[in-house]
Amino acid sequence: MTDWLPPEAATALALSLRVSLVATLVSLPLGVFVAYALARWRFPGHGLLNGLVHLPLILPPVVTGYILLLTFGRQGWIGATLWDWFGFTFAFRWTGAALAAGVMAFPLLVRAIRLAIEAVDPKLEEAASTLGASRPKVFATVTLPLILPGVIAGAVLAFAKAMGEFGATITFVANIPGQTQTLPTAIYSFLQVPGGDRAALVLVLISVAVAMLALALSEWLSRRVARRIAG
Amino acid sequence: MTLEIRIAHRFADFRLEVDLALPGGLTCLFGRSGSGKTSIVNAVAGLLRPDAARIVLDGVALHDLPPHKREIGYVFQDARLFPHLTVARNLTYAARIRGQRPDGLDRIVELLGIGGLLDRRPGTLSGGERQRVAIGRALLAKPRLLLMDEPLAALDDARKAEILPYIETLRDETGLPILYVSHSVSEVARLATTIVLIEAGQVAAFGPAAQILSDPGTAALMGLRDAGAVLTARIVAQEGDGLTRLETAAGPLWLPHVAGEIGRALRVRIAAQDVILSRGRPEGLSALNILPATVATLHDGQGPGVLVRLDLGGEFLLARVTRRSAQALDLAPGLAVHAVLKSVAVAQADVGAGTT
Repeated sequence: MTDWLPPEAATALALSLRVSLVATLVSLPLGVFVAYALARWRFPGHGLLNGLVHLPLILPPVVTGYILLLTFGRQGWIGATLWDWFGFTFAFRWTGAALAAGVMAFPLLVRAIRLAIEAVDPKLEEAASTLGASRPKVFATVTLPLILPGVIAGAVLAFAKAMGEFGATITFVANIPGQTQTLPTAIYSFLQVPGGDRAALVLVLISVAVAMLALALSEWLSRRVARRIAG
Repeated sequence: MTLEIRIAHRFADFRLEVDLALPGGLTCLFGRSGSGKTSIVNAVAGLLRPDAARIVLDGVALHDLPPHKREIGYVFQDARLFPHLTVARNLTYAARIRGQRPDGLDRIVELLGIGGLLDRRPGTLSGGERQRVAIGRALLAKPRLLLMDEPLAALDDARKAEILPYIETLRDETGLPILYVSHSVSEVARLATTIVLIEAGQVAAFGPAAQILSDPGTAALMGLRDAGAVLTARIVAQEGDGLTRLETAAGPLWLPHVAGEIGRALRVRIAAQDVILSRGRPEGLSALNILPATVATLHDGQGPGVLVRLDLGGEFLLARVTRRSAQALDLAPGLAVHAVLKSVAVAQADVGAGTT
């Protein structure tokens, strides 16, 4: 690579982008579903689900990482099953970093989408049903287009959170260059070695640039969608 | 068409209990706000699941079907157009959901006069335009029954006047049964072929519009200030001085110009408080319309007024007089009187296409 960007830094950046993108895209459908359930349905365990979703926001990230390790680690109750049945593991892999990032970003994703869903007038959905649309069709043709700006905003927020995720990641999958060393953990590593602060600074600047870029992109997308929806 | 509606539902503050068998045409559910009218149409549409319901449209039981399978069009008070779709795509929504071609789009667009709006977004439409698009959208879903929940309530008088003719055309030309919720007597008088009076969740009266409107008992329930009967009339001549001559079963009426060709059927509404009674044929009055009549019944209300039902040879008028006048004139059933209609009483807005 170029000399202004050390190879470890380039690897960390690429890994971070991949981890964050995968975390965001995989959690998006689940996030929309959970947000819809929380916004529109009343069911036993509503409060519990709401609390569970928000837990990563309130818990120390290290605790979330440790819980992930206990559940999804090779010895964890889900992790062990995944390993025994499918030979798949999150432990010390980039997929584990993506899982940690996804879990940490999930509350932000759900909150943004839930707000958007709550802003949609259920009367419009009723109107669609009188016009012959079943529940899934109402969602696809009325609700989803109307909440799209909120979904985009939530996704960008989640992506940014995933890019910056540190505590849960390092606890769950450690800090292995090329495997689980994301941007923040790479910065942390560079700061631990003498003479590493220049590389750290470059990575810091890249972090800022990526965050700003994502924000600008989401603003632009949301505004476009909003204009299309408002007419 | 027959529509059977049997609903029982307990709300927090009142109980809805109706049992109706409705004929075709335009049936008005009339009542105060909060009387349960909207709950009834919502139950028919499937948007409200009552504690007990039996809703049968032409032999098809609807009460167990989800809303999207009931084939019922619903025009809401607040239009509820989809803000993210153009007018054209709002109109064709039902067809696209079913994967069909929107049959009859051109005809409906022409019927409602919304051809110029097709590429616009709902956000840029006026209230009246929005409501016309909502009517078109409901019609293009090919419903077997059309529900209209106070479709004009949110509009000003000019916008109302803009939409009323379209609803009359629907009633008279499409043969689509319509269930229409309203709390406006003038709307009901103009549109209804059948009237259902709803009071506190119960049916207070039910029958053909002309009968309910000219019955002093039910008229009092609909509100004394707005009480008034509806006559069926026919245009017989456009006269030189700008007046239109109408023929009714009770005799001729002259109105300031009413548009329409000779022979066109109309309904004319005459408010009870605009009818003056006279025992002899009055002379030297500026009123043009004086009809001979017989007192059919007297209805004492609370307060100083009396509602008098007049028989004009098969058609009925209502007159509202004070109890003092009723005594002075010695009004009693069977008495021959003359009904003087203040010509302003026959308001243009209340003259609409009649059902024939």
